Amino acid sequence: MATRDFAAHESHAHAAPQGFIRKWVFSFDHKVIGLQYYFLALTAVFVGMFLSLLMRIHLIWPTVALPLVGEIRPETYLSLLTMHGTIMVFFVLTTAPQGGFGNYFLPIQIGAADMAFPVLNMLSFWVTLLGYIVILAAFFVPGGAPLHGWTGYPPLSALPSAGPGEGLGADLWAISIGLFCIGALMSALNFITTTLDMRAKGMTMMRMPLTCWAWFVTAILGLLAFGVLLSAAILLLLDRNAGTSFYVPLVVVNGQLAAHKGGSPLLWQHLFWFFGHPEVYIAILPAMGLCSQLVSVFSRKPIFGYKAMVYAILSIGLLGFMVWGHHMFMSGMSPYTAFAFSIMTMAIGVPSAIKTFNWLGTLWGGRIRLSSPMLFAIGFVSLFVSGGISGPFLAQPTLDIPLHDTAFVTGHFHLIMGVASIFGIFAATYYWFPKMFGRMMSEGLARWHFWFTFVGTYCIFMPMHYAGMAGQPRRYSQFTELHYLEHLIPLNKFITFAAFVTISAQFLFLFNLFWSMKFGKKASDNPWEATTLEWTTATPPPHDNFGGRTPVVYNGPYEYSVPGAPRDYVMQTDPTVIAAH
Amino acid sequence: MGLVLLLIIWLITFASTYFFVAKTWWLPAGASSSAAAIDHHFTVTYILMGIVFVAAQMFLGYFAWKYRDRASAPKARYSHGNNTLEIVWTVLTAILFIGLNLMSSSIWAAERFRPAGPGALQVEVTGMQFAWYFRYAGPDGKFGATKPELIDPSAGGEAAIGLDPADAASKDDVVTGTMYVPVNREVEVILRAHDVIHSFFVPAMRFKQDAVPGLAIRMHFTPTVAGDYEIACAELCGLGHYKMHGMLKVVSAEEFEKWLAAREAEKQ
Repeated sequence: MATRDFAAHESHAHAAPQGFIRKWVFSFDHKVIGLQYYFLALTAVFVGMFLSLLMRIHLIWPTVALPLVGEIRPETYLSLLTMHGTIMVFFVLTTAPQGGFGNYFLPIQIGAADMAFPVLNMLSFWVTLLGYIVILAAFFVPGGAPLHGWTGYPPLSALPSAGPGEGLGADLWAISIGLFCIGALMSALNFITTTLDMRAKGMTMMRMPLTCWAWFVTAILGLLAFGVLLSAAILLLLDRNAGTSFYVPLVVVNGQLAAHKGGSPLLWQHLFWFFGHPEVYIAILPAMGLCSQLVSVFSRKPIFGYKAMVYAILSIGLLGFMVWGHHMFMSGMSPYTAFAFSIMTMAIGVPSAIKTFNWLGTLWGGRIRLSSPMLFAIGFVSLFVSGGISGPFLAQPTLDIPLHDTAFVTGHFHLIMGVASIFGIFAATYYWFPKMFGRMMSEGLARWHFWFTFVGTYCIFMPMHYAGMAGQPRRYSQFTELHYLEHLIPLNKFITFAAFVTISAQFLFLFNLFWSMKFGKKASDNPWEATTLEWTTATPPPHDNFGGRTPVVYNGPYEYSVPGAPRDYVMQTDPTVIAAH
Repeated sequence: MGLVLLLIIWLITFASTYFFVAKTWWLPAGASSSAAAIDHHFTVTYILMGIVFVAAQMFLGYFAWKYRDRASAPKARYSHGNNTLEIVWTVLTAILFIGLNLMSSSIWAAERFRPAGPGALQVEVTGMQFAWYFRYAGPDGKFGATKPELIDPSAGGEAAIGLDPADAASKDDVVTGTMYVPVNREVEVILRAHDVIHSFFVPAMRFKQDAVPGLAIRMHFTPTVAGDYEIACAELCGLGHYKMHGMLKVVSAEEFEKWLAAREAEKQ
C-alpha cells in the first residue's frame, strides 16, 4: 500500500495543450476525455431511448405509420430491441459512469495530476467512439440492423440466412462489440494502475472515497470480462465469415444445409455471460460507490460501515464472476451446475443487502439535505431495492422455470441495471456539474426531472413484473398470437403511456444541462460542503488538477459532523487530527 | 419536500405490492404435477421478499422525512457504523437467501435430475423457424431416423423434420402440429431444434426448456388437468418469434389412444 510523493507522480503530468484540437479533440487530459465519454454516452442514451419509444409504440399500435420511420415491422422491432440493448449496455451504462465520471474524478479524488497513461486514455476513448459509429452504421446497411438481441445467441447471430439484419448488420454489431472491448480493456488497465500507483501522500487505500473503490473494482471486472467477450466476438466473426464452426452445429436454415458442423451454441452463452454477468456490476458498481458518497455528504454523516462497504464491493466483484450460469438455467446446460450457480447467485445478494442496510444506516440520525443529487441517490436506493428484490426469484432455477425469458426479467434488469445505474449517472451529473462547468444546474428543473423520472420509471418497469408472472415472453413484437396474452394488452398500453411521459421528462434534464452551462449560477469551489479532494481545487479544475500543488491527505473521506470541529465537515486535506475512526 | 418524498416512496411501495397481493396478474393456473410445488415456493419467496421490499422502502421514505435538514434539526450523529449490526444483518440475509435456495432445490432435482419413469409417453418436440412439430414413435416404440438433408420446412409434417422414409422404424412415426398427451401420464419430451435456438414454453405446465441445435434434451412433465394449453417460444428465434406458437391438448387416456390410432390409420 505504498503512497507516492509529489515527484513520483509529477512525471506523469504533461504540459497544458494550447490549440483547440489538442485541447478538446485529441486530448490527453483525463478531464477532457471524461467529458468526451460523457457526451458520447449522452448522445447514445437519447438514441437508445428513442429506439425504446419506437418499440413501445409498435407494441401498442403495430400498424401505425410514423413520420420518417414508417410502419414498424416485426423484424424491425427486433432490430430496435437489439440496438437499444447494445447501445444502452455498452455505450451508456458502461461508458458514462466509468469512462465519463471515473475518468474525470478518479485522478482528482486520489490527488493525481492525470491518469497513469494519458495517451492510452485518449486511445480508449477514440476506439470506443469508433465502436459507436460502427454500431450506428448497422442501421444503414442492406438488411438493416441485426435482430438477434443484445445477447446475440448463435446460430441466429452466426448465420446470415437466419433472418433480416443477420448479414452485414450482424457483422458490424460484432465488430462494434469487439472495438468496444478493446477500448474498455485499455481503460481498465489505466484505472487499475492509476488507483494503485498515483495516490497522493496520505491517500491510503482505506482513505479512498467509495467512488474510487467502485471505479477500481469495476476496472478489474472490466479487465477480466472484456477480454473474454472480445474472444467470443472474434470467434463469432470467424464463424460468420471464415467458415469455422465454433458455435454452429449442423443446422438447416430455410431448408438449406448450412456449411457448419460440430459447433456448440452453448459455448457462446458461456463466454457471453462470463462477460455478461460481471457487466451488470460494471454498470452498477460506480453508481453504488457514488450513492454511498452522496448519502454521506448530504446526510452530513460519515458513511455507515466504510469497511463493510469496501468488503461488500470486493465480494460483489469476486462473486460476480461465479454466477454467469444463472442466465442459462433453461439453456440445456447440466442441471447439476445450475445448483452451484444458484447458490453463488443467492450469495451475491448478501453484500448487495449489506450495502442497502449501510445506506439506510447512514441516513438514520443524519441531517439530510434533499438537494437534487441526494434525491437521485435516494431514488437509486429505492430502485436498487426494488430491482434487487426480484433477483432471488430469478436466482432459483425452480422459479426461473416460469419466469425465465419473460417480461419479469425485463422488469428486473431494467430497474436495477438500467434505471438504478442511470439514476447514478443523473446524481453524478447534478453533483459534479458545478465542478466540471463552474456553474450550478437549476435546482427547480432538477427536482421536476426527479419526480417525473422516479415515478415514471416505476410505472414502466413494475408492471413488467406482473406481465412476466402471467407468462408474457420477452422480445415479442405482438401479443395477439397467443390468447393468454390478450388480457395483458391494457397493462402494456399503460407501460407505453408511462414511457411517453418519462421520456418527455428527460428533455428537462437535457435543457437544464446545456442552459446551466451558459446561464447557471456561478458555483463556488465547494458548493455541497463535501470533504473529498475534488472540492479542494479550483472550479473547474486547472489542467494539472491542483494548480501546481500536491494534496496531502490526513483524513478519511467521510468526516461529517465531527464533534468539536468548527464546521460540520472536515476536508480530507485538513491536518486536524480526528480521534475516532 | 421530505414529506413528498416519503409519500411518493410509500405510494409506489403500496401500489406495487397491491397488485401482487390482489393477484390481478398472476401465474396462469397450473395444470401439471410440478405446478403446486413451484407455485408454493413462488409464494413463499414472494412473501419473504415482499416483507424485505416493503420494510426497506418504508424505512427509506421515513428516514428521508424524519432526518431532513431544518432549523430545529439536531446535529447529525457522528458514527462510523456498528460492527455488531453489520454481522447481524449479514448473517440474517445469508440465512434467508441460502435457506430459500435450499428449500427449492428438491423441486429442481425432481424436475431435472431424475429421468422420466419407464411408463412415460415419449414425444419428440422439434422447433424450427417458426413452428413446433411433435413426433410419436408409434406401435414399434422406436423413432425412425431423420436426416438433415431431407429437411424441407415448407412441406410441413414429416418432411419438415427430415424423417427418412427408408428407415423401417420411421414407417409408423406420427408427426403432428398439435401436441396430444393423455392426462395423468408422465410425458418425456425429447427437445430438438434444426436451425436456431428455440424455447419450449408451456406456462400452464410450468415447463420451459430451450431447444438447442445439435442437442436432444430430455425433459419430463405430468399433466394433471385435461384441457387445451398454449405453447409459446421463449427464446428469440427470428422475425416470427412472437407467432411461433403451438397447442397442447391434454385428453383422457382413451381419447389419446383413439387419436393416435386415427393418425396411424391416416398414414397407412
